[in-house]
Amino acid sequence: MGELKAVSACAGLVPVCIGSVTVDGMDLECMTSLSPFGDALALDGALKKAHGVGWPQAGQALGDATVRVIWFGRNEAVLIGPEADQGLGDVAAVVDLSDAWAAVSVEGAGTVDVLARLVPVDLRAAAFGEGQTVRTQLGHLGASITKLGPERFMILVFRSMAATLIHDLKQAMAGVASRG
Amino acid sequence: MRVAGKGLVNRDKSVTFRFDGVSYTGFEGDTVASALLANGITLMGRSFKYHRPRGVLTAGSEEPNAMVTVGEGAGAEPNVRATVQEIYEGLMVRSQNAWPSLDFDVMAVNDLAAPFLGAGFYYKTFMWPKRFWEAIYEPVIRKAAGLGALSGKHNEDTYEKAFAFCDLLVIGAGPAGLMAALAAGRAGVDVILCDEDMQVGGRLLAESGAVGHLSGADWAASVMAELEAMANVRVMTRTTVTGAYDGGTFGALERVNQHTGKRGGGAPLECFWRIAAKRSVLAAGALERPIAFQNNDRPGVMTAGAVRAYLNRWGVSPGEKVTVFGNNDDAHRTALDLAAAGVHVAALIDSRQGITVEAASFPVIVGAQVCNAAGRKALESVTVRTSAGEQSIQTDCLAVSGGWNPTVHLTCHMNGRPTWREDIQAFVPTAGSIPDMAVAGACDGVFSTLGCLKDGLRAGQEAAEALGKRVVAVDLPVADDAAYALEPLWAVAGKGRAWLDFQNDVSVKDIKQAAVENFRSVEHMKRYTTQGMATDQGKNSNVMALAVLADATGRGIPETGTTTFRPPYGPVAIAAMGAGAQGHGFAPERFTTSHKRSVERGAPMIEAGLWYRPSYFPKAGETTWRQSCDREVGYVRKAVGVCDVSTLGKIDIQGPDAAELLDFVYTNLFSTLQVGRVRYGLMLREDGTVMDDGTCARLGETHYVMTTTTAAAGAVMRHLEFVTQCLHPEWQVAFTSVTEQWAQFAVAGPKARELLNGVLAQPVDGESFPFMGCGPVEVAGVQGRLFRISFSGEHAYEVAVPSRYGASLFDLLLEHAERMGGGAYGMEALNVLRIEKGFITHAEIDGRRTAFDIGAARMISAKKDCVGKTMAARAGLMDEMRPQMVGIKPVDAAAVLSAGAHLYECGAAQVNGNGLGHVTSVGYSPDLGLQIGIAFVARGAARHGDVVRFVDAVRGLETDVEVCAPVFVDPEGGRVRG
Repeated sequence: MGELKAVSACAGLVPVCIGSVTVDGMDLECMTSLSPFGDALALDGALKKAHGVGWPQAGQALGDATVRVIWFGRNEAVLIGPEADQGLGDVAAVVDLSDAWAAVSVEGAGTVDVLARLVPVDLRAAAFGEGQTVRTQLGHLGASITKLGPERFMILVFRSMAATLIHDLKQAMAGVASRG
Repeated sequence: MRVAGKGLVNRDKSVTFRFDGVSYTGFEGDTVASALLANGITLMGRSFKYHRPRGVLTAGSEEPNAMVTVGEGAGAEPNVRATVQEIYEGLMVRSQNAWPSLDFDVMAVNDLAAPFLGAGFYYKTFMWPKRFWEAIYEPVIRKAAGLGALSGKHNEDTYEKAFAFCDLLVIGAGPAGLMAALAAGRAGVDVILCDEDMQVGGRLLAESGAVGHLSGADWAASVMAELEAMANVRVMTRTTVTGAYDGGTFGALERVNQHTGKRGGGAPLECFWRIAAKRSVLAAGALERPIAFQNNDRPGVMTAGAVRAYLNRWGVSPGEKVTVFGNNDDAHRTALDLAAAGVHVAALIDSRQGITVEAASFPVIVGAQVCNAAGRKALESVTVRTSAGEQSIQTDCLAVSGGWNPTVHLTCHMNGRPTWREDIQAFVPTAGSIPDMAVAGACDGVFSTLGCLKDGLRAGQEAAEALGKRVVAVDLPVADDAAYALEPLWAVAGKGRAWLDFQNDVSVKDIKQAAVENFRSVEHMKRYTTQGMATDQGKNSNVMALAVLADATGRGIPETGTTTFRPPYGPVAIAAMGAGAQGHGFAPERFTTSHKRSVERGAPMIEAGLWYRPSYFPKAGETTWRQSCDREVGYVRKAVGVCDVSTLGKIDIQGPDAAELLDFVYTNLFSTLQVGRVRYGLMLREDGTVMDDGTCARLGETHYVMTTTTAAAGAVMRHLEFVTQCLHPEWQVAFTSVTEQWAQFAVAGPKARELLNGVLAQPVDGESFPFMGCGPVEVAGVQGRLFRISFSGEHAYEVAVPSRYGASLFDLLLEHAERMGGGAYGMEALNVLRIEKGFITHAEIDGRRTAFDIGAARMISAKKDCVGKTMAARAGLMDEMRPQMVGIKPVDAAAVLSAGAHLYECGAAQVNGNGLGHVTSVGYSPDLGLQIGIAFVARGAARHGDVVRFVDAVRGLETDVEVCAPVFVDPEGGRVRG
């Protein structure tokens, strides 16, 4: 009996580079959904204690490349990076979503223009800075978009829709690139 | 013809294009219209109804006449305005609505039949006989109607959609818009400035007057340069703002590559923008209206402003001997500019008395009206009527001005109505019609250049202030400030047809006829005559038409009112609005982890919601899907089958109140379920009908995993949100979709356990995993979950692993299954297997079925409340005459059944109202050797054994079927527990 082989959500689809914009897969290690039972205060404390990052406000992305806590919707955030501490389960629903979402980075000059073809949210630097995240649409897809750096975003969509994500991004990238 | 020394076109760069197969040369900066006029071509199209020869009327996007088809083949685009289409090297343009040629059009015979084709013609003529409508009238009308035609082929062109955001949207880059953008831009406001033209300037490009020490065009260019250098300003040319919508959202269409030959490679032809703005300034300018008189549609009759535009902007005189006719001072400029450029002006005719024109080097006839025009395909002369009588003037171009209509359209998109201004005889926007929109310049009835600059400056500064910016001084350049004076003149009295709506061939007579026939409301008149209903939406003609209607009905213009202005302001291709939705962009495609392997094995994939699932897995030698399906059913009934069931919704539910939530949303009890066990559950909507069904597993004391059907996963999630947010916000419970986290496979058949024990670290048996048991397992080195549940009635399991391992596990399971005489099965086999057991899908629970109907009334627990319980108990929902779920099998074993067929009593008339119910699912059962089905039959539970008539009128099938229990295989359920 052989071991099962892992295949990443965007296998065979990335990297894609058109014009000055590059899309690549991101390995998030672990991604865990956290939903506090009732008030988020206890979870905030437990998160800080276990992972050094607290509970985010709506639209907020905390932490850095090693540990991130990203607002993910009403009463929900995701912990990205480390495996979630067992103790969090006392105050929150803890659900492993490491395989549920496809994660890509989109970066390079003109990234905001590319995303403006798909996302009905103002992602220009003045309106959407580092540390901000949004749950929104990307084309027809429900997505989580987080700004990681100047001209660099992380996009999460349901794993099964990775091909559509890349299809839509490619089309937007080609449109932007064609304008020169 | 070109006029030396005039125009802004780049005379160093000539451009060749073709019109109706003939090659012409123009210059960079030319439109098709200006280039054709420069080449002496005035006949550019044929009218819609009477196929009358038409030339260009205007120089802008409001053009009703010069409609052409651009391009060839699949991407050919009809009804493009020659006044908007820029020429580029290799451009192919065709005239339309003419056969065999523009010059000789057979359909022009319609014009002779005009007396019979007036207002309301359709309504009067096509009333009888009734049967003629579909067979004769409609096809004939459809064939005759329309201007240009689509190619009918798949358009490969790329279109784009995009979103933009700003604090201030300035619509129109004429003098007012440029000043507004400049004032706001300098104050640091985040500005988008849109203009439909290829370059900014608006009327400044068409006029000869100076702005400051620069020409109008140079001043516009200098402002453009400054705006482009500002990081906070974005200028979008070739972008028409098409609509004003709620919340400060505007639609805008950008012609990205319509002016270039660039196609393919992802380059979009057009981009449809949605612009969200905190405030807006409408500086859309004004449109000139002609004056109606007999034969005023002859090629060569144009608006006076357009003639000026062709001269000053494109260096083209539309005629050699030009006559000017107007009721206002503005028209005089046309004559003066032409004369100054050396073009022969035959006469300036002003309808007003006592007018003098300074420095006129041409005859001026005042108190006169043009009452007729001669020349069929090109203007030859006009007849001028004065109190002294009529005289003919030889001329090949008549420049007409009846005054200017402010472009109020966008201010009316949210149900605003414009306000009539007597002094300018025009409608202007009513303040406050669009929240946070200011109107400036000609669009607000300010017609001098200086007035527009001033008004734009004011609007820009006010917007900056409202947005919390400090106003920065902007110098107001010196410019023309002439007063605009006019006397109303809408239609010249006289015989013959005087045209209002050129595109739909509506004449003054038609409007009067409508009024006589009591279509007196402007909205009725519009529909009766088709006035303003063509692609130009009556931009030149609506105000004239309602003035004529006002006159005919003895009312004033303001009382008569306008028709409703609706978006889009200009034509927008559906392809642009639906951009991104072509081909694979139509809807998201959801692929399972086994997708690639299934496709490799030749499985035709079918859509299940957004998911793609294998229909069946063909093997060599199989020629029909049924052969594959029968074989796959056999795997499950006799050996072992493997099926990807990852698409079923999986919802992780945790929290102290998890059990309470489940007891409330399911009809049956889940708080009593033991940890490590699974239970089948039924969910009702609030109205008591069945919403969904599925299993729910208890993984821990406060931890469940609910499964839903593939189709209803989103709906169930939404239902849970509703219950926990609205009905019981006090419950401490959270739920998360884990559908995508787990790749889950059904392993079903007598050898299922044997297969699993080949891949699990710890073998399972009847004790560790009894029927409806669940728990964690290690699968080929990976932590997974195992559920002993069955949708086939066989001994079966579902095994789940994190999705990254899905593809690998599918391969592993298939390898084992095939070694054991089994293999993969698809949706067809899955369907047969569940029909044989009477298991429902949404074919059965279609939104009209109650628990009672599907024989599950006892599943509504008496021990507790649940969503839908009270409503499900209504007498009407428990009526035994309701169609109840039954099985059906044909009396003749060879008969073919179909889903969707209706059932009647044998011998009863097969008419509406006589039906007993209908068939929801059918399949061929290899075990029974016949087709079987599930149906809903009135009083069905009591009718097992009865024979009824099966009728599929659509497919022409009819046969006798026996009503039976909806379980065809292993009714005792021994196999599933074994």
